[in-house]
Amino acid sequence: MSRTPPFRLPRGGRLIDRAFQLAFRFDGRHLRGVQGDTLASALLANGQMLMGRSFKYHRPRGPLASGAEEPNALFGLGQGGRFEPNQRASTTALVAGMVLRSQNCWPSLDADVGAINTWLSPLLPAGFYYKTFIHPRPFWKHLFEPIIRRSAGLGRAPTDPDPDRYEQAYGFADVVVVGGGIAGLTAARDAADRGGRVIVLEQNPHWGGRTPTDHDGGQAAIDALLADLRARANVTLRRNCMATGLYDHGYLLARESLADHDPNQGIPRQRLWRIRAGHVITATGALERPLSFACNDVPGVMLASAVRDFITDYGVAPGRRIAVVTNNDDAYRTALTAQGAGLEVVAVIDARPQATGDLPQAVRAAGIPVLTGTAIAKVKGGTHVEGVALCDQAGTGRVTGTLDCDVVAMSGGWSPVVHLYSHCGGRITWDEAQAMFRPDPARPPLGADGKPMVTPLGAANGDLRCAGGLERTEAPTVPVWVMPSGAPYRLRAKMWLDFQNDVKVSDVELAAREGYASVEHAKRYTTLGMATDQGKTSNINGLAVLSNALDQPLEATGTTTFRPPYTPLTLGTIAAEARGEAFQPLRKTPIHDWHASHGASFEPVGHWRRPYSYPRSGEDRHAAVNREILAVRHGVGTLDASTLGKIVVKGADAGRFLDMMYTNMMSTLPVGKCRYGLMCNENGFLMDDGVVARLSGDTWLCHTTTGGADRIHAHMEDWLQCEWWDWQVWTASLTEQYAQIAVAGPKARELLQRLPGTIDLNQETLPFMQWATGELAGIPARIYRISFSGELSYEIAVPANRGLELWETLHDTGRDLGITPYGTEAMHVMRAEKGFIMIGDETDGTVIPQDLGLHWAISKKKPDYIGKRAQARSFMKDGSRWQLVGLESLDGRVLPDGAYAVEPGVNANGQRRTQGRVTSSYHSPTLNRPIAMGLVRHGPARMGQVLDFPLPGGGMMQARIVDPVFYDKEGTRLNG
Amino acid sequence: MLILFCPYCGVKAEETELAPGGEAHLKRIGPDGTAEEFEAYLFARKNLKGVHFERWRHAYGCGKWFLAARDTHTMQVYGTYKAQTAHATDDIVANARQARPEWVPDWPQASEAVAG
Repeated sequence: MSRTPPFRLPRGGRLIDRAFQLAFRFDGRHLRGVQGDTLASALLANGQMLMGRSFKYHRPRGPLASGAEEPNALFGLGQGGRFEPNQRASTTALVAGMVLRSQNCWPSLDADVGAINTWLSPLLPAGFYYKTFIHPRPFWKHLFEPIIRRSAGLGRAPTDPDPDRYEQAYGFADVVVVGGGIAGLTAARDAADRGGRVIVLEQNPHWGGRTPTDHDGGQAAIDALLADLRARANVTLRRNCMATGLYDHGYLLARESLADHDPNQGIPRQRLWRIRAGHVITATGALERPLSFACNDVPGVMLASAVRDFITDYGVAPGRRIAVVTNNDDAYRTALTAQGAGLEVVAVIDARPQATGDLPQAVRAAGIPVLTGTAIAKVKGGTHVEGVALCDQAGTGRVTGTLDCDVVAMSGGWSPVVHLYSHCGGRITWDEAQAMFRPDPARPPLGADGKPMVTPLGAANGDLRCAGGLERTEAPTVPVWVMPSGAPYRLRAKMWLDFQNDVKVSDVELAAREGYASVEHAKRYTTLGMATDQGKTSNINGLAVLSNALDQPLEATGTTTFRPPYTPLTLGTIAAEARGEAFQPLRKTPIHDWHASHGASFEPVGHWRRPYSYPRSGEDRHAAVNREILAVRHGVGTLDASTLGKIVVKGADAGRFLDMMYTNMMSTLPVGKCRYGLMCNENGFLMDDGVVARLSGDTWLCHTTTGGADRIHAHMEDWLQCEWWDWQVWTASLTEQYAQIAVAGPKARELLQRLPGTIDLNQETLPFMQWATGELAGIPARIYRISFSGELSYEIAVPANRGLELWETLHDTGRDLGITPYGTEAMHVMRAEKGFIMIGDETDGTVIPQDLGLHWAISKKKPDYIGKRAQARSFMKDGSRWQLVGLESLDGRVLPDGAYAVEPGVNANGQRRTQGRVTSSYHSPTLNRPIAMGLVRHGPARMGQVLDFPLPGGGMMQARIVDPVFYDKEGTRLNG
Repeated sequence: MLILFCPYCGVKAEETELAPGGEAHLKRIGPDGTAEEFEAYLFARKNLKGVHFERWRHAYGCGKWFLAARDTHTMQVYGTYKAQTAHATDDIVANARQARPEWVPDWPQASEAVAG
């Protein structure tokens, strides 16, 4: 039977305003809706029932529901950076000028080539992919995977940056009520009476839930409650606010739509509320279940509640001749509503043997036929409903008659929305009498105090009666999981459970036969409930089918885990303002602006930005690095080392404490001297290194790596607070109190001696690995004679606010010496030329100092230090560990960083055996050839041997094992 | 998203302010420990359903480490206490036993006290 206009009813539609027409485009067609429409109601009002294609078989699909549970009517919405896939037509408000695109179809929604899959469906049962694409193995990578990937995923991701703004806000309340229906509003009023702050969240733009649609006097009852609540100072009402997840100790996330799909408002599009609730009341209502009969997915088969919502709320006729099929009394409301709107109701098909409640009697009195004990054998029609074939519910599907109709309104009963309640540990129980899972009052989620933190109320608690005395008595729902009860395979293979993912009754039964008895396994094998709707309409029906196939009660099957979010959240809302420059705080040294104004090319190091190099015009980053290195090797250069961690350790037991922290002896370090120290964790692995200076009898200053500063300070505090809390030791991070400048190169001393000051910089008074304090260029300074470059080098620490002054003074004074600022990359190359290790390059959390030939920095005398016991484990000492060596490329090319050295044979997985890897690799401008360091098995004992390094994409490089110190092995330069 | 009371600051701290530190009351095994003792110290951690003692640092607060007695199943917090404490205090033990009567502390003094 064909569908005929008009589709917008002459009267009714409590949520729309017909005076305001809104133009929009759907797949290029220009259509009109009215203010208050959802996309679904607007399309239905234009006679557009076909709204999507299913994921696997590309079956034509119309809207199933009118709320958040909608599985079929999903669209790509918007254009450019505002494009969003999988937007639910049922909950997205129509905005003038909207552009909708249908999904999962090609070339068009009406003529979709992929629909051939529906003819192939006997060949594509559950687990098809798992079974088919395993052999032959090479086919997987080159043939099957590319094809599957291209056809995988529903909708298309946007490609442009999202131009909208999003924000986050914090909320605090004694009671949060989720759900603005009559149960929620009543609970809010009662909570407000008890005092304390109350927040009420409603997912829809309008209040009242189902009450105004389903009950005479419902709107008046809601209006009265709202008026009461709005007058209270301690109550906050938020519409368009979807509670998406409830977490431990009352932490509730909610997404508030502010200007969804309407960028012209100039306000943030969405707001993510992060609410801490003393107590949460979930009045989240219930979702109607479909019935499983053959071809229940043909467009025009809808939930009974959705049919009356479209009629009552939006004044839209989904069809002209409506058949209702049900196992409960509630669906009879749809028959009365449809008839009241002037539509023909051909019959109510009730699977129960009898229907004698108030509602069925009212339907009979209205002249509508009620067929009890009857089922739908099959829906007729391809792209829209044309009629139904009837049969006995108790039989095997022998057709007893047919009805012409263009809409089937089905109701398989109601499932309480237990998602939020379940997110944080609340348990549910099977209620046989009502055929539903509902919250188990004995096992609610608990708060920090061990008391229940969630109270489910109303339909969400399994109480389907309307609060406030508006209810008519209803007879019980009788579970109907398959229609008819003795349906043969031919029919069961056409009964859809999961409409979006195309999971049918026969698929779940197949999973059970093949041994997927656990509900979690059956879900993943069939993909039941794994679509964007997360099984809101399909899960319970699927569990029931699985239970029947396993011949066990539903309670024994249980449910899959309910996980947040309840409905999808866009990543923009989760990120909110934390994007671009506000993504994370940026740390700048006191000399940062000078670097920026002198052309520095920055790199991130932790939260810092450090100059990588300072390219001059006509130079790229790497040419600049080479120039900077040569300038330091032959003249003098400056490095901003302010980012290095600087931790002061002080107290009567400070020396004893540092002896535990470092592998070498720090307690014996004389005042005025510096010592390079290694820090390990209890696993024995190297975690940080740096120079320690003893400032006074009870004070040491520990330098850490830039990235390790916070972590190492926390590490020290951990041991001090939790293990040796009786030791007299205090620590403080002075990282940001000092600016620190490395002045390095053979002309470093000459430069510094030009500056007025009180510090004697001669080799005799300030030799390598000592420090001195005084005044330099009128600035209080501490000068460390330490070197990471291998050159004569001074690191000068001054108060942070005078760092820039010293830096500029150095550059003014040293111009004729060719003073050159150098960046982190020059520093890295120079330390590698010198064979110095770098934490994070030569170490990766599995390397002990002994692997790096650093035995000289490990005390043999100390009875204990962090990591000492671990380093005595047998596999740390068995001699076969990979150890540090230098690597000399044979053909003059630079080895790729991270390349592996292979050896003959394969391992248990058929992969080439490896015997080492490259940890640092550079072109050395000093030596004008490539240099590299690496870890190689028995490396130091294999000097001169050549290793093979296969390259990604084919080819091979060879390198000779050499000493890791490539430059100034005797150390005459840094001692000079 | 837990809320734990910081015994140093005296405030309720959000999980986002805190850094977790694993199981509490471990006894450090030094260079003299046997291989078995050291393995247990380094790797063997309780993974229980019920009363658990754990380390937390008020990382974005006072920076201090403190200890929490928490139920890994129900998320109930039986109490928090300073890190420089050999065992959970008696009131925390009482809270835990009220919620889980079958639970017995695994340190000797308290067990005797409970038994007595």
